[in-house]
Amino acid sequence: MGRKLLLEHIDVPGINTFDVYRQQGGYRAVEKALKTMSPEDVVEEVKKSGLRGRGGAGFPTGMKWGFLAKPEGVPRYLVCNGDESEPGTFKDRYLMTHIPHILLEGMIVSSFALGANTSYIYIRGEMMPQIRIMEKAIAEAKAAGFLGKNILGTGYDLEIYVQPGGGAYICGEETALLESLEGKRGNPRIKPPFPAIAGLYGCPTVVNNVESIAATVPIINDGGEEYAKIGIERSTGTKLISASGNIVRPGVYEIDMGLPVEEFIYSDEYCGGIANGKKLKALVPGGSSVPILPANLISKTINGNARLMTYESLADGGFATGSSMGSGGFIVFDEDQCIVRNTWNFARFYHHESCGQCSPCREGTGWMEKILHKIETGKGSIEDIDLLWDVQRRIEGNTICPLGDAAAWPVAAAIRHFRDEFEWHITHPQEALSRNYGLAHYADPIAPVVQ
Amino acid sequence: MLSVKENHPVEFSAELLTKFAEVASRYPQGKQKSALLPLLHLVQAEYGWLSTDAMDKVAHFLQIEPIEVYEVATFYTMYFLRPQGKYNLEICRTGPCCLVGAERIMQYIEDALGVKEGEVTADGLFSWRGVECLAACGYGPVLQIGPEYTFYENLTEQSVAQLIETLKNKAQTEA
Repeated sequence: MGRKLLLEHIDVPGINTFDVYRQQGGYRAVEKALKTMSPEDVVEEVKKSGLRGRGGAGFPTGMKWGFLAKPEGVPRYLVCNGDESEPGTFKDRYLMTHIPHILLEGMIVSSFALGANTSYIYIRGEMMPQIRIMEKAIAEAKAAGFLGKNILGTGYDLEIYVQPGGGAYICGEETALLESLEGKRGNPRIKPPFPAIAGLYGCPTVVNNVESIAATVPIINDGGEEYAKIGIERSTGTKLISASGNIVRPGVYEIDMGLPVEEFIYSDEYCGGIANGKKLKALVPGGSSVPILPANLISKTINGNARLMTYESLADGGFATGSSMGSGGFIVFDEDQCIVRNTWNFARFYHHESCGQCSPCREGTGWMEKILHKIETGKGSIEDIDLLWDVQRRIEGNTICPLGDAAAWPVAAAIRHFRDEFEWHITHPQEALSRNYGLAHYADPIAPVVQ
Repeated sequence: MLSVKENHPVEFSAELLTKFAEVASRYPQGKQKSALLPLLHLVQAEYGWLSTDAMDKVAHFLQIEPIEVYEVATFYTMYFLRPQGKYNLEICRTGPCCLVGAERIMQYIEDALGVKEGEVTADGLFSWRGVECLAACGYGPVLQIGPEYTFYENLTEQSVAQLIETLKNKAQTEA
């Protein structure tokens, strides 16, 4: 049974309002932090919690906070990353829609810890309804004295504003997000300097994901050590998983880190198994950017250990036989899905979303889309597979921001695990147009893994 | 693709300018350019698209060069540089939605409206386009309609047909 830290009160009617949220014990973390703790104490609790960035990179949040420069007389900023654009990920939308005040409470606690007096919640522009929800929540909290000047009589001042994006995946990258917040195109910045030194308006800035900021609420309420008791190894606490694709019960689930992947897919408490009685073919466990896993590598790792929902276990085997926790965008493919078509779809996505600054990404993503389209439509040649491999290899690691890697990895993993299916599209072009390849040997848990 | 041909002079209302000023007050002194994206959303909600004249006037309000507005308006996918249908249906076309039938829904919309992606119906009521992941993968296929960006989830051919009918009736009532 999963513990609920963020979604505990999700079913309480009116939990999206300040009053009901407060009745359920909301804003206790603000009272505790502002009245009984120093900013350093708050940072220390977050460090102890072992919380890792929930947006995708998994970098320890407390450590990120520790890097923040504090020059005299220079404002510091907290910016919440609510750009949520990674295909397969919809947890932040869910959280902001239903429990906006937990994000706001986390924003106040985190801003206090970082010494920020103005903070921004950057939300992708398409989420206009969620932008309105957050603006309403801010107005309610302000009216109740939890925002504005001299919060709860502690002398701490804080204003929080919501900033809409304009429709660009790249703005989920933190420096592109800052550029966008400054009213510019979302071109990622060259690092260093990191935002902790020179971020928004050139001032020290921390950018954290919606879920990471919300997680500071239970961490402050119960203490970092309590939070760290949940989970396994360096994967502590709970995680929101966005489950989509061919499953019985798609949706957002809060799980304890360490839950077996197999249980998450087949338990009625979570995904409820594969829809329509079909068989599992493949899984993308952490959003479109992470490597796809064939069925024989999902429940167990290459060494035969149970695959768990942790940063370590999902990555077990490296990119050869593992994947990544990423953003927790859990996309399930049934036996009727075409890997080539999906890989082409993702490649088209990255081509569309490349900001165009770095040529390996700008040109390479276009090449990958074209080659994959050629193969998918029955016009490919066997050499195209090698060409595709070559193109993705030349993008990876050669760009300013991780979008290049994010575009290359899914293509590499698809070829690595599903080469037979690519070849079948080329050798049987007519058949490939009329039906899908199906399962082949992928579902066989003992079949050897193709390197 | 700035379209000078389709330019269209605008005069911002006092109400809109008040909203502009409220947004601009969210940022530190001298950093008003930060208001650019929210302002363009406000203008688009008012006029349905961004004409060159509208962008020039936003530039004037923020005391920045017009090119600074154009480069932003052309970078982000939500801003329209030419008029759209009164109801612009934006359907998610990315992987997870395609696993549950988004491509079929797009084809259905194209057939039902009788216009290709990006075109406007003769009566000016509808246009449609595929957009990238809308962060609603568990409720796919999904579409959104601006300027409120209302969401329609778990789409089927029937629910889309019904939606189009509802919007037609709504337009008639408003006319």
